[in-house]
Order: sequence, then C-alpha cells, then structure tokens
Amino acid sequence: MSVHSHAAPEPVGGKLFNTATFILGILVAVMFAILIVRFIFGLGAVTNLNDGYPWGIWVVVDVVIGSAFACGGFSVAMLVYIFNKGQYHPLVRPALLASLFGYTLAGVGVLFDLGRWWNFWHILWPTYANPNSVMFEVALCISAYIIVMWIEFSPVFMEKWGMKVQKQKLEKVLFFFIALGTLLPMMHQSSLGTLLVVMGPQVNPLWQTPIVPLLYLLSAITIGYGIVLFESCVTAAAYRRQIEMHLLQPMAKVMLGVLAVFVALRAGDLIVRGALGHAFAPSLEAFFFWLEIGCFLMPFLLIGSQGARRNPAMLFLAGCSIMMGGILMRINGFLIGYDTGLGVDHGWNYFPSIAEMLVTIGMFAIEILAYIIITRRFPVLPREEAQAAH
Amino acid sequence: MALEKTSRRNFLKGVLAASGAVAASVAPQQACARDTLQRPPEGLGLLYDATLCVGCQACVAACKQANDNPAEFNAMDKLWDTPLDTSGHTFNLIKMYRNGTMEQKDSELNGFSFMKTSCMHCADPSCVSACPVTAMFKDPVTGVVGYDADACIGCRYCVAACPFGIPKYQYDSPTGKIGKCELCRHRHDEGHYSACAEVCPTGATLFGRTEDLLAEAKRRLALKPGDWATMPRGRLPAQNETPEQAAKWKGLLDQSYEAQVGNYLQHVYGEKEYGGTQVLKLSAVNFEKVGMPNLPPKSSAATSETIQHSLYGGLIMPIAVLAGLTWVAKRNVVADDKAALSLSPSPASGGGAQKAGGKS
Repeated sequence: MSVHSHAAPEPVGGKLFNTATFILGILVAVMFAILIVRFIFGLGAVTNLNDGYPWGIWVVVDVVIGSAFACGGFSVAMLVYIFNKGQYHPLVRPALLASLFGYTLAGVGVLFDLGRWWNFWHILWPTYANPNSVMFEVALCISAYIIVMWIEFSPVFMEKWGMKVQKQKLEKVLFFFIALGTLLPMMHQSSLGTLLVVMGPQVNPLWQTPIVPLLYLLSAITIGYGIVLFESCVTAAAYRRQIEMHLLQPMAKVMLGVLAVFVALRAGDLIVRGALGHAFAPSLEAFFFWLEIGCFLMPFLLIGSQGARRNPAMLFLAGCSIMMGGILMRINGFLIGYDTGLGVDHGWNYFPSIAEMLVTIGMFAIEILAYIIITRRFPVLPREEAQAAH
Repeated sequence: MALEKTSRRNFLKGVLAASGAVAASVAPQQACARDTLQRPPEGLGLLYDATLCVGCQACVAACKQANDNPAEFNAMDKLWDTPLDTSGHTFNLIKMYRNGTMEQKDSELNGFSFMKTSCMHCADPSCVSACPVTAMFKDPVTGVVGYDADACIGCRYCVAACPFGIPKYQYDSPTGKIGKCELCRHRHDEGHYSACAEVCPTGATLFGRTEDLLAEAKRRLALKPGDWATMPRGRLPAQNETPEQAAKWKGLLDQSYEAQVGNYLQHVYGEKEYGGTQVLKLSAVNFEKVGMPNLPPKSSAATSETIQHSLYGGLIMPIAVLAGLTWVAKRNVVADDKAALSLSPSPASGGGAQKAGGKS
C-alpha cells in the first residue's frame, strides 16, 4: 500500500575534480574562446550560417532541441502532481535539475546567436513586443519558465543552507508554481513547432502542418520521459548507484502510451494532408523522414513487452531512441526539410562549422558539469540506502 | 481502498485538465481565424516587366547609391560590383535565366530572360508577422515594409520566414543589421521615389500606386504581342492625379516611349500570391523558372497567427488551463506535502498514511 514512501534526497558527495569534470572544463573553455571571436568579428567569422539557412545548430540544437531535452522536469512533474502519481517523486528533483540547466542555457545560448544581442530585452518590452509573432510567445514563455523552475528547485538550496522558514513559506504556494511550471512548457514546446508555420512552403510538407504545435508538444513530453530513462541509467552507472527500476519500468509504459498517440497523429496528419507521397520521393528529406519515424517506432520493439521493460539496457536504449527521434524531427523540420528554393545555381547549403559545433558541445558540457557539481553537493538524488529497502 | 479511489479520481482530473489543453490546440477555433490581409488602397509599389528589361543593372547601381551600400566583389579583378544574390548589402539585383543556346530573349527554350529580385512588399508579410520586436513593420498608408535596426534583435526569423528570400543579414559584422529594399521610403520626403524606377531606361521598373500598376499590367496583357505600344517610364501617375499630387514627386511627368509588346504569360505575379504583393511582375518565361516561387493566395502569416490567436487570444485558454492545473496541483501537493514535496531529511515512511489523511 505505502507506495508513497520515498527516500529523501541527499548529496552524492565525492570529489569535484576528476577526469570527467576536467574534460568538461576544457570543452567549456574552448567554447568561451570561440564566443570571444564571434562577438568581436560577427556571426560570419565562426559559423557557416548564410541567408538560405539563417538558423543553424545554435538555434535548432541549443535552443529547440536543448529545451525539448530539458522537458524531463516538466514531464515527470506533470505525472506526479497533475496525474497524482506520487510514487515517481524521487525522479522529480534530478529531472528538474537537468531541465533547469537545459532551459537556462537555452536562454543564454540564444544571446550567442542573436545578431543584435544588446537589444534582446526588446522582446519582453511592451512597446517593441509583437504578440502576433510566434517567437515572441516562445521567448516570453521560456523566460517565465526559467524563473518558475528556479523557484520550483529553490527548496534544494534552502535545505542545503538551512533556510527552514523561507522553505515552509514557499511550500505553501509551491502548488501554483507547479501548475505554472506545467502550463508554460506546454505553451512554448508547442510554439517551438509553430515557428515553422510562417515559413510556409519553404518547409517540406512532411514537417509543415497546422497541427505542428500538438506534434511538438507530444514529442516533447515523450522526450522528457526518454531523457529521464537516459539520465537515470547514466547517473546510476557513473555514481555506481542502483537504477530505480521500480519507477522507470511503469514510467516507460506511460511514455509508450504518449508515444503511440504521437505516432498515430503524425501518421494520420500526413495521410489526411496527402503529404505521404513526399516520404517516397528519392530524396534526402525522405531518407531522414524514415530515420525519424524509425527512431520513434523503435521503443515499441525495444520495450513493448513487460519482460523487456525489466531490462535496464533496453530502457536506456528506448530512451536514446526517443531522444534521437526528437532530435531528427527538429533538425528535419528546421534544417533538412527547409529550403528557400532560391539560391544561386544549386541553392543554399549549410553544414555547421567546427567552431559552431564546439560551442554547442560546450553548452552541453556546462550542463553536465553543473549537474555533477550540484548532485554531489546538494540534496537532489534519493538517498542510496533507502533505495536498497525496496 | 479509499486511497486508491481518490488517487484514481485525481488522476482522471489530471487527464481532464491535460486533454482540455490538448483539445484546445487541436481545434483552432474559427472565431480566432485571421484572414489574409489585403493591400492598403493607397499602397505604393513597383511594376517590373521582364520583357522590357535589358539587364543593364542601372537599377542595381542606383539602389546601392540610394541605400549607401558597399560594392560586393565576386570576380577576380574586384573592379565591378558583382553580387551573386541579394544580401545584407545588396537590396536589388537583376538575375538572368538562361537556357540552351540562349538565342532568343524571353524564350523559355534556347533563350534568356531577366528577373528583378527585391522586396515584394507583401500585403500580408511573413517577416512582419514573424518579427518578435516589431523591427519589421508595414506602413498602414503606403504599405511599404520597413525595417528599424534600432529595434532589431538580429534573430533572423524574418530571413527564415520570407518566401522570396528577401530580408538578409550582415554576417560579416559584429553589429550586423538586416538589409532589404524599403522602396526608398527614406527618400520619399525629398520627392524621390524608388531609385531603381528612377533610373530604369526602358521603364521595365515602374513606380506608382499598386492599384494603378495593376491596371497598367493588365493593359499590357491585353495588347497583342509584337505590336508597338506606349510604355511609361519612371513613375506611373495615379488615376485622376491632380497637379498638386503630382508635384510631390520630382522628375519629368511623362517619359513614355514606344516599345514592342512582349509575349507575356497571362499572369500578373503578385496580384494574388500570398494575398497579393505591392510589387508586381510580368514575364514571358515561367515565373518559377525565373526564381519567383509558386505561392497560394493564403498567406503563411494568416495561418500562423490563426494558430497563435486561437491558442492565446486574450490569454483565455492559458488562464483556463492554468486554473485547472492549479486546482489539481493544489490537491495533489497538499496531499503529498511532508512526505514527498518537502522531502524532509528523515525518510518519510508515514507518507502513505499522511496522504490518505490529507484527502479525507
């Protein structure tokens, strides 16, 4: 009966300086060096961006994909607090931590890409803001969500620093921030897809649809669960902890349910719009479309049966597969399936430069580094010995 | 058993709240539908007639001068301005279509043709809809799509959104701006109209009110190919234009001349595309082949804004969903309180009991 007895979170402890953190540190330093060049000489100096592909991986990977990867907190919090599945509670804090960094960095990462970054505040300023713009809505919601997530996560710092009174006060109103923290990602994760709509026929019909907001929202939720599977397995391996199989197993089932709805909608939409023909054209777009669909279908093969869901390796692979599907869906919509059709001779081309990739890698390195530091020093992951009791 | 029942009930409430949000995003209500915007009645624009164009690029040079843009070199000797496409520093370009032996002008097969590339000044511009900070804006009277660098954050959503590939960013500068044709709106007060039309020797680029230009285009389409006809140059006077109105603009009033009528396709490009554009085009060669995309009469901005306004119009939907979520979260968080949410350092073994208690 007592499914709600959780292990309290506790710092993992251990040394902060090791090979992993050292390598991550170097990657971060390289990123900063490249960014100095970018800010002195302009975007053209380090990126392969051009007028046929004005958005490269700094937007599509760092922001669009990065924020989808940061949906673990949202997906798990929704399960716990909205669907009242309290047993998943031990997953909330680690997921929320990853989300917090994912989103905060996505927010900061936008600044690297903004050509006139010193004006960035205009987007939140009433005299400049354009409520018709999808990007305005995305920016507003992401900014608000970053603040909400820091508030949701702040009990962790309050516990560490012994701020009992403040913590109690916050907990009285936390339900509201949890609700807000569920609403805001729904809004901007769907709108990240809506960004494609105004690009019209430049986006291949395989990814240009009026229901794109719903598809992006559902895929973000599944990615959220996928990333929790991934993180839980990696954290368990890295910290030599037990995998929370009793939680991941049923959660994986929820994930498959949402994924099934997503795949059905995706297929139904393509058929209704008569766009399926594009999937059988001998083109790069069609190839990547099937790759994307394959990644979304793979989890059903991997963990479709109850027995397979007991295997941590299968859960990990299913998580990776869903993440890959999410990556592809976003890269396909924004880059591979995007073509102005107007370039000189053979049209525009884009492949990220080494420097561009190093900045993106650096951003993910910061995220992992911060995750390591915080989980080692702050109470985020559930206490290990209580874990053994299960 | 009581516990199981309540938690199932709450689970269902959660399902209800979430599916409400999802259903809302599935069916954008018709009430919020945003129609494709139409051209303002006094809207200004250009008429480009590819059959009159001789490809001299005088308009390209004049545009550079009027907008204070530097030359762009793509040839070895760096003697001439040789942009390959419009860019953050080139707002207007005459491109060439070539086929086979290139024997005949304005012939799709074994021929060649010219096409002007510059802002179409859409009735319902994607760039204006996309811009999060109103740096791209459409003048309510002239309909000119202008750009304000002081407002711009450089996100380049306008670049990605435009189906004509017009707004372009200056990647070569740490303070790069968006560059695009603004129909020389900065020269209108001095009585100068678009520099490209001012200098065009053949009247291939004509400046005027779009309504008048559309009538002129249709007049040309009705003429017999090969016949000689009068073609205006520079600025096309508005219908029933008074001398006072004409005095606003500098330059000779009538620069018309006799030219041979081209073998036009019966299509005024820009009349209906994306709800219409204020720059119109005539051509003898298929528009897609000369780089003008095939666009539906409905604008993408209308589709995009219909979705956005259906979901967020008046913030009604978000507030309703938030209220539902808050209600559900409050119940679940209170029930979970000490045991789960606060995660007090002591292992909360009594969590289950507390939960049941909180619900009763």
